[in-house]
Amino acid sequence: MITTTHYLVLSLILFTLGVVGLMVRRNFITVLMCIELMLNAANLNFIAFSRQLGDLTGQVFAVFVITIAAAEAAIGLGIIVALVRLKQTTDLDRVNVMEG
Amino acid sequence: MSWFLVHFAQLVFYVMAACVIAGAVGVIAFKSPVHAALSLLASFLGVAGLFVLMEAEFLAAVQVLVYAGGVMVLFLFVIMLVKARAIPREPQYVNRLVPAAVGLGVVLALLLGAGMWASVTGAPADAAALQRVAGVQLGNTEAVGWSLYRDYLLPFEVVSIVLLVAMIGAIVLGRKEPGKEGRA
Amino acid sequence: MKDLLWLIPLLPLLGAAVNGLVGNRRGWSKHATSGVALAASGLALLAALAAIADWAATVGTGAAHVDRVFTWIPAGFGHTTGGLLANLSVDFSLRIDALSAVMLFFVTFVGFLIHVYSVGYMHSEEERPYARYFAYLNLFMFAMLTLVLGANLAVLFVGWEGVGLCSYLLIGFYFEKDWCAAAGKKAFIVNRIGDFGFILAIFWTVKVFGTVDFGALQGAIAADPARFAAAATPIALLLFVGAVGKSAQLPLYVWLPDAMAGPTPVSALIHAATMVTAGVYMVARTNFFFRLSPVAMLTVALVGGLTAVFAATIGLAQNDIKKVLAYSTVSQLGYMFLAAGAGAFAGGMFHVFTHAFFKACLFLGAGSVIHACSGNQDMRTMGGLKKHMPTTYWTFVVATLALAGVPPFAGFFSKDEILGKVFAAASGDLNGFGAVYAVLWVLGLAGAFMTAFYMFRAVHMTFHGEFRGSHEQAHHLHESPRSMTVPLQVLAVGSVAAGFLGMGMFGPRVNWFERLLHPVAATVEVEGHHVGAGLEWSLIALSVAVALSGIWFATRWYFGPQAFARPRRFAERFPGLVATVANKYYVDEAYNATAVAGTMKLAQASWEFDARVIDGTVNGARHLTVGTSFFSGLFDLNVVDGLVNLVAAAYGWASRALRRVQWGVVQGYALVMTVGFVLMVAAALWLGR
Repeated sequence: MITTTHYLVLSLILFTLGVVGLMVRRNFITVLMCIELMLNAANLNFIAFSRQLGDLTGQVFAVFVITIAAAEAAIGLGIIVALVRLKQTTDLDRVNVMEG
Repeated sequence: MSWFLVHFAQLVFYVMAACVIAGAVGVIAFKSPVHAALSLLASFLGVAGLFVLMEAEFLAAVQVLVYAGGVMVLFLFVIMLVKARAIPREPQYVNRLVPAAVGLGVVLALLLGAGMWASVTGAPADAAALQRVAGVQLGNTEAVGWSLYRDYLLPFEVVSIVLLVAMIGAIVLGRKEPGKEGRA
Repeated sequence: MKDLLWLIPLLPLLGAAVNGLVGNRRGWSKHATSGVALAASGLALLAALAAIADWAATVGTGAAHVDRVFTWIPAGFGHTTGGLLANLSVDFSLRIDALSAVMLFFVTFVGFLIHVYSVGYMHSEEERPYARYFAYLNLFMFAMLTLVLGANLAVLFVGWEGVGLCSYLLIGFYFEKDWCAAAGKKAFIVNRIGDFGFILAIFWTVKVFGTVDFGALQGAIAADPARFAAAATPIALLLFVGAVGKSAQLPLYVWLPDAMAGPTPVSALIHAATMVTAGVYMVARTNFFFRLSPVAMLTVALVGGLTAVFAATIGLAQNDIKKVLAYSTVSQLGYMFLAAGAGAFAGGMFHVFTHAFFKACLFLGAGSVIHACSGNQDMRTMGGLKKHMPTTYWTFVVATLALAGVPPFAGFFSKDEILGKVFAAASGDLNGFGAVYAVLWVLGLAGAFMTAFYMFRAVHMTFHGEFRGSHEQAHHLHESPRSMTVPLQVLAVGSVAAGFLGMGMFGPRVNWFERLLHPVAATVEVEGHHVGAGLEWSLIALSVAVALSGIWFATRWYFGPQAFARPRRFAERFPGLVATVANKYYVDEAYNATAVAGTMKLAQASWEFDARVIDGTVNGARHLTVGTSFFSGLFDLNVVDGLVNLVAAAYGWASRALRRVQWGVVQGYALVMTVGFVLMVAAALWLGR
């Protein structure tokens, strides 16, 4: 029997991986992907609880999250394109103009 | 054979979960952004499969269409657009942060796990409840649609405006700088 | 129409959107811009009148009508500290009752007149600033109407912040001048202090009552006053902090005089008639908290009374015509709070109402004068304008008489109502603080004397005698266009007529205004106590005598062939006193030396340590040198300058620690963010055990 806890643990692992990836990767594109991973983990939670509670609200909010994720991806990738035009790199280490 | 039938749901869950986690690990581990993106795709599809397992078919379809379709294509396009030379070579990690980040990740996982452990008790609700709107049994998509356009119409409209703004923002960010090559 | 309440704020918002987003960009002609703006505010006035009429006819003036527009924050169930199980769901709902109807009427009415006036006043602006001006003005109307109509604290707060924003934008309208931009910033930041108190009060209300709806709060308190008495004091005091900021009371009044940097119609609308009275309105609106808490009432009365006198003394020595009016506004707002603090919420609102007419009229008159004097605001170089601009003159005098409290002008009735109620509180020993109220009553009378004095000083310096400006200016003097004089005339009529709505001295039956407000903001009466008719009439005679003596003194000092001789002799005899008052008691300087300089120093210290260690981790040797020099420097400073520099050193240490966070690696920021997140999760687990 697959319980809600199973899904929560899976989502927890996925979220943590996303967080760690966000902090360690140098490539901006991959950092964005890690954010998508975290949003997916959130969606898993929404759906798992929606099932647990028998309430559609979770699914509706997952739709919102996906929409926001799409918006975020569009903006993030737009920033990458602008960044590459400016600095010829997606390496976050080379974008540190205020390195102290 | 009958074992498979009895435990089919478990089997699917574990296969999909493995797919999701392997995909996520791949995103972090692969050096090439293209590989990372494809690995991310595997993770997305795994999540979509889990949605089906949780009787959220509409969400599964949206997940495949928006994530595996739209967002992924966007990622791949941008990777191609910015060309390989823009991708950092060695090393691929912010080395000095790795120990701190991994440690922090473990602490976070433990904390969230501890919080989550006792939070859910009892079996999931009747799946049919998810598809009941005002006492009428509907399909999942129809039920989500009712909920979205009736109870959450205002947030829905707000989110659509956010999306519109993001679209315009992406266009503004993406166009050539005026002055250099004329107004794009 | 009462079900279309949302239309009233929406119309100006549409006007603002059209002028601000389209007209400003396209550079529409001034006719188009002012057409849109006037239509928006005019229609809002009509809608407001229709709504008031409909409400009075169908619901009755004793009851409230609440129009729920949409559910704003459906937060769900929770236990309040009051032990209630509450379903916190904040609606965006609008409420019309006696209190909001009064505000609604004069905000739309005065607002429309000032729109009309602005057409004439701003005619020399370029097309795009002109559109920007009217967009802001309409936006202000929207925010103010939201504030007035809001049926709960949250919606009121939206309007509250909105008017603050518009005030900032309009004070800094001539932002190319540094001091105008600075005045805008000052207003915004000082208001922020008050708003912080306000929002804390909202949180506290949610915590205790689980609702922010005015009707529900009033019901909960009426059902069980004793239970909420303890919570009422902090909530009321925090709300009052908000009111102190918005309504420019001690010690946060400093922004209002500077706010005169904006165009004069703005000073009239926002910084005299409507926005600054929002604090009084809010106190009257939440009077159910205040009446539970004697301490809060006393604080309100004390702050109000002291401000009334304090600002009036500053007003005695100002030479800028707008500054005189600004300090007068601060002072009159003090009277309104004094009334509220003495329990006369309706009396305070009545002064808000009458003050809106005569102060708007005074400001618009001043604007007309400034217009004629080619932008000059210094009364020392005016004089004799009476014969050049008769309409401005007589409207200004009518409004001045109203402000000075001369019967039968409006200010007489409202100010007398306030002083009478304070006297009643003193003689009836309200909440056991009778002695304090007695002192405040004396201060109120002294303030009334000074009000009469400085206003007639302004009239004499501006309109009587000979013109003291340059020849060019003298040649240019002219009466303002009709779009400016007609609003002046209307407001002058209002300055007379508004007072007849609340003639308290002829008994409660004639005091229509207080009877109207009784269901929402009943006056706190001392039980069994009544000021006798004979005593009341002698008090009225006293206050009239005080006002007339103020006028007499001003006339002796500033009118006739011997004008200005006495003030000059006075200044020679008491140079220190005159300089202190003329420099506004150096309050601005004190604030600059303490709060502003402290913040700047903190910023400077943070910046220095940020900039000093550039190659921190890489260049260890340099780091060490800087470190040691920092330490030796620290030692030196400690030995030499002692405690003061110890504080600076503490800032230094803090910024040294903070600098590590700002090292520019994006992932590092993510790391720090995650640390914070982990701590929050840990805290949530800890608290939720």
